[in-house]
Amino acid sequence: MTDVAFVTFLVGLLGATLRVATPLLFATIGELYTERSGVLNLGIEGIMFLGAFAGFAIAAKSAEAGLAGYLWLGLGGAIGIGLIMGLLMAFFSVTLGVNQHVAGLGITLLSTGLALFGFRMIFGQSSVLPSIEPFTQFSIFGDLPILGPIFEQYLLTYLAFIVLLPLAWWLLYRTSFGLELRSVGENPEAADAAGVNVFRVRYITLALGGALMAIGGAFLSLAQLGAFSPGIIAGRGWVCIALVIFAKWDPIRAMWGALLFGGVFALQLRLQLLDLVDIPFEFFLALPYLVTIAALALAGRNVAYPGAYLKAYRRE
Amino acid sequence: MNLSNAIEMRRIYKQFGSLVASDHVNFTLRQGEIHALLGENGAGKTTLMRILYGLYHADGGEIWVNGQTAEIKSPKDAIALGIGMVTQHFALAPPLTVTENIILGYTDSFQIHLSEAHRRVAEAAEKFGIPVEPKALVKDLSVGQRQRVEILKALYRNARVLIMDEPTAVLVPQEVEQLFESLERLRQQGLSVIFISHKLNEVMSITNRVTVLRLGQNAGTVETQSTSPPELARMMVGRETFGVTKSAGKPAQGKIVLELGQVAALDNKGLPALKNITFQVRAGEILGLAGVSGNGQTELAQVLDGTRLATAGQVKVLNHDITNAGPEKVMAAGVGRIPEDRHQSVVAELSVAQNMALEHLDEFTRQGVLNKKSLLQHAQKLIAEYQIKAAPGDKIRTLSGGNMQKVILARVLERNPTVIIVAQPTRGLDVGATEYVRGKLLEQRRKGAAILLISEDLDEILELSDTIAVIYEGEIMDILPAAEAETERLGLLMSGVKANKVAAHGL
Repeated sequence: MTDVAFVTFLVGLLGATLRVATPLLFATIGELYTERSGVLNLGIEGIMFLGAFAGFAIAAKSAEAGLAGYLWLGLGGAIGIGLIMGLLMAFFSVTLGVNQHVAGLGITLLSTGLALFGFRMIFGQSSVLPSIEPFTQFSIFGDLPILGPIFEQYLLTYLAFIVLLPLAWWLLYRTSFGLELRSVGENPEAADAAGVNVFRVRYITLALGGALMAIGGAFLSLAQLGAFSPGIIAGRGWVCIALVIFAKWDPIRAMWGALLFGGVFALQLRLQLLDLVDIPFEFFLALPYLVTIAALALAGRNVAYPGAYLKAYRRE
Repeated sequence: MNLSNAIEMRRIYKQFGSLVASDHVNFTLRQGEIHALLGENGAGKTTLMRILYGLYHADGGEIWVNGQTAEIKSPKDAIALGIGMVTQHFALAPPLTVTENIILGYTDSFQIHLSEAHRRVAEAAEKFGIPVEPKALVKDLSVGQRQRVEILKALYRNARVLIMDEPTAVLVPQEVEQLFESLERLRQQGLSVIFISHKLNEVMSITNRVTVLRLGQNAGTVETQSTSPPELARMMVGRETFGVTKSAGKPAQGKIVLELGQVAALDNKGLPALKNITFQVRAGEILGLAGVSGNGQTELAQVLDGTRLATAGQVKVLNHDITNAGPEKVMAAGVGRIPEDRHQSVVAELSVAQNMALEHLDEFTRQGVLNKKSLLQHAQKLIAEYQIKAAPGDKIRTLSGGNMQKVILARVLERNPTVIIVAQPTRGLDVGATEYVRGKLLEQRRKGAAILLISEDLDEILELSDTIAVIYEGEIMDILPAAEAETERLGLLMSGVKANKVAAHGL
């Protein structure tokens, strides 16, 4: 490879990394918040899937109706359904005190079923997947030489890295709500005794987390693909669960985790295209997941889980 | 209504299932007094205070605060009325800083300005004379320091009434002294303190008045100056206590039975928990191992009963090496164990009879089939002998702590072990059961058993031991005859001061 070709390759890789990392960052921050409040939300995979579907379906129907802001309506719909599924998870795990693994997996099954059912109802069965005109990419720096492709991104990607991430950090560490959230996840008895409403904090957090997961899913259908298919999430929700542990429940580390996974994902796509070696493409597809497992195995040992992780709170 | 009363609780009634935890209790706290709430475990002290702090809701009765009737539905209401509570298990989030723990739930804006918050906490610490480090993480603090954070947390919320639930249970004697000084100073500043305790000497030394609870009822309120420990004990128990007495501490002359040589072991995290542990216990001797919890006591008991591997050193019973031999061989060598967590040494869902036979099932089986009749007879015999209030068929989880402990005691002692490893034998037991358990240990001592008594209750160690060893961070700080062990000296050793330094203190 010449130097120019290598730089082009690298710039393209970085741009793609940010794109792939975007949905992961949204959903990981969402999961990180819920876990920090003491609730593991295994509904993440399903909520992302339902978010992707709801966003797409609302956008497609709005576009048919000739509404200009159809993509934003779709995104809004995804956020709404994410909130609802988050609240449902809260009802099961916080109010009823159902085992969080069971409740979360139930939410995933329910959401997945709802999305598949809705998809069949609305779009029927056709050999060609329905599609919409997705969000476009732009660069905040305009036409940059050489580095241009790095900044050629969707608005949601900019939002994820420039707005969501600092906001998530600030909310968690520098506000009274963040302090209440962390203490509820560490020692709900202490929070209760200090006059914090444990149930309220967990409900708000789970709703917020559900919305972020749904945005992560909707990013795929509304921006990256402009379409919806049953394999659209492909285990990204489970990856986010791993990333939260990799991140040791810190938003900034979560960003590095999302970038790592995004980087390997983008790299394997390019390795497939390069057609350099005689390796089956399935191996490349599996690569990001293998890297996630390896990273988790290295970084996830001896991590300190939130003190009240998996525990429903009850006053004696 | 007398205006000098900070709190007045009238005819407070609370029922849990069929148990009446608070039976029309009246309680009055005067402005600026330290008032003890004294009683055995289960007498209803904590229940009454949890009602005052809004953690429980009373089924009946009223609460008056500063002469006005008050409805306290949650801690938030209590805090607003100027009531603060320091619970037995600290209500702190360990990964958060001192400041974060103190301001939690008491912030005045959505955004927290950390430097401002640190400054305010430091100011409060200064004002109330309670030294804390605002930026420290709570998990890095000692138990005594954590308790100070809890007290400051209450004061930061403008508490005028402070409820302290058994505050000294977790402290070494020096820390207790510091706490008492702080409380007295705060009292002089006008704070009223409710001091929950079951330790008579503490109550006598720090309080102005004492209210005794017994079986959920108020057994009387007295001025501390005009009462005495025996009178309080009588009020607590409703009868004269028997008082277990040890035959005067003659130096142990028996042969060496249990011998540890330079034993080391790791804790669950793989860090050194025991270093170079060397001591001997003779026949007819009780060696008391004193120390603040978490200094290697748990690991030592596990190494000795064969459930944790020693990484170095030797354990011998009657000159027979049992190092890392496993529980079965250790038991066969004559070691009886009474572990610290009694719920872990019984199987909750099995019956009393089954639990009694658990460690020696082979003796109750014929070709692998349980012989129910011999199981039952065995249980009936032990139940009668140890005065256990239960039937052989009762599930063991339905027993009270005292009866459960008696089952474990019976299981171990019926075999007349040559060595007894006993940890926290009376933790959570009431006075009657405590006396019984201690009496049984002394009986075994008379019979010639070598007993290692691991306890965090210094009074218990002093009362029962012939020899006292102090453990700190996995090391034995000193071993001394009980006659030479003064509380203060033990306290210094327990907080890690080396024996030669203790001598320099002139003790």
